[in-house]
Amino acid sequence: MAVLSGTEVEQRPAYPPKNRVRWTASEEASGLALISPTLLYAVALLFLPILIVVAYSFWTQDYLTIDRTFTLQNYRTALGEPIYQDLLLRSLAISLVVSVVTVTVSYPIAWFISFHGGVHKNLWLFLITVPCWTSYLLRVMSWKVILGYGGVMNTGLLSIGIIDKPLTSLLYNSNAVVITLVHSWAAFAILPIFVSLEKVDRSLIEAAHDLGDNKLMSFLRVTLPLSLPGVISAFLIVMIPTVGDYVTPKLVGGKDGVMIATAIQAQFGKGANWPLGAALSVTTMVIVSAMAGLAVLALKLLVRMAK
Amino acid sequence: MSGRHGIPKSRWLPAYVAIYLAFLYLPILLLPIFSFNNAATTTFPLAGFTTKWYASLWHNTALLEAARNSMIVGVSVAILSTVLGICAARAITRYRFRGQRAATGLIMAPLFLPEIIFAVSLLMIILQLGVELSLVTVILGQVIFCLPYAMSVLISGFGGFDRSLEEASLDLGETPIGTFRRVTLPVVAPALVSSLLVSFTVSLDEFILAFFLSGTEPTLPVYIWGQLRFAAKLPGVLALGSVMILISILLLTLSEIIRRRAEHRLRAQGALHA
Repeated sequence: MAVLSGTEVEQRPAYPPKNRVRWTASEEASGLALISPTLLYAVALLFLPILIVVAYSFWTQDYLTIDRTFTLQNYRTALGEPIYQDLLLRSLAISLVVSVVTVTVSYPIAWFISFHGGVHKNLWLFLITVPCWTSYLLRVMSWKVILGYGGVMNTGLLSIGIIDKPLTSLLYNSNAVVITLVHSWAAFAILPIFVSLEKVDRSLIEAAHDLGDNKLMSFLRVTLPLSLPGVISAFLIVMIPTVGDYVTPKLVGGKDGVMIATAIQAQFGKGANWPLGAALSVTTMVIVSAMAGLAVLALKLLVRMAK
Repeated sequence: MSGRHGIPKSRWLPAYVAIYLAFLYLPILLLPIFSFNNAATTTFPLAGFTTKWYASLWHNTALLEAARNSMIVGVSVAILSTVLGICAARAITRYRFRGQRAATGLIMAPLFLPEIIFAVSLLMIILQLGVELSLVTVILGQVIFCLPYAMSVLISGFGGFDRSLEEASLDLGETPIGTFRRVTLPVVAPALVSSLLVSFTVSLDEFILAFFLSGTEPTLPVYIWGQLRFAAKLPGVLALGSVMILISILLLTLSEIIRRRAEHRLRAQGALHA
């Protein structure tokens, strides 16, 4: 048998030199071929449309005709008009507050599941994520029912006797927007933090205890720095999408809680100024990305100082 | 007090977890409660039990039309994003190639983008091409939105796949198609079903893209949005919302059970081989 198989090998053509391996048969080509349908789809319906938005933001519109000469006029309007400045600043402030609050209130939950979830970790994660998978629109509507003048919170507090007339400060302001958004994004913050906490080597924490660190010190010097990647992705995954939220400010924000998405939408509806809408979109994205980058840097610095 | 691994467990933490869970579940439990309430307002104390709001759903043709639209969109989006997700997830877990990170980044990008921005950008390109807004445009847009979710489910399903099984099958003379059908498919089937269910759920609940791209054919969330302006319509919306929440929870639980069972089976097989 050994002899037979030996001759067989010799009869086969020798391996071609490396540079003659056909590229089409290589691992790289197979991988690219396999991913190409999905990639082309994403390029056509995600990448190209966004490029077009960027292009539009430098053009102008006169009724229905588009003037394709390069101009910065839309950006001057987007950054200069007080109404857009206000909306942009408020949107950024709300998304920053929402992401800080969401990450802060969610961290202990991720910590609890990771360190004390025992054999039921998956069940815990499932319980936490279920509400986030149900309709976003319905959850925002439900908050409206909860926080409204004749809503659950007011009628509940009235019947217990804590207040003697309904609070009007609950709904239609930026607090209502923050509460609703924190609720919406909770699971998105817990999951990445949980994943990075799972990777923390437990013996390091024990070592910190053995070497005399108290609970708080070992958390600040071991657990928190090691889970920082999860905290950062939680931060980004909450902050960037919330800046452009449309439903929440519309339903529970009132006058005081309007955000930039309403202004963007208006340019594609009644206002019908696509270039301005495009410039507002690009401005929002660029500023929120820059702000998120700064926030991540600040976070890293803080944790280093705590060490 | 000391938990496992000698890691301290504080006394307030379980209480905090309970409060947090209450905060998470309060809004989705309130809708069903008020949907059975015998009053058109949403205030405590409750006014008695009724199923009339649910009964009214069946005679509402606009709503049934929206439900039909949602079904068409949901099924198409689930199939399309799962098929596209399979290609990408398989390419990523099976091969190494240049540009892999960039490609993955682009496909996963909708998770990190404000939805309004890509809704608006799609609207611009569609109107620019002179395409009429319809359920097809909603489907095309929602697939982009669902792909990251389908991908995460599929990547974790394919990640645990033992490549030597396929190689053995090919060495034993099975064709590539036969290998896929008889070796690969049974192992990854749970991930596929999970991906279909998750994509359907995401599509069923998706509002922004449907709102911008649906033209004159509303899906259920767009229909609900239209009803929210009328206070008198609220109880009907609550009943409809409760049904939708129930469907979402059922589908997700089903998907979770399928995934968990597959994981157990794989682990049992692994133990057997070892």
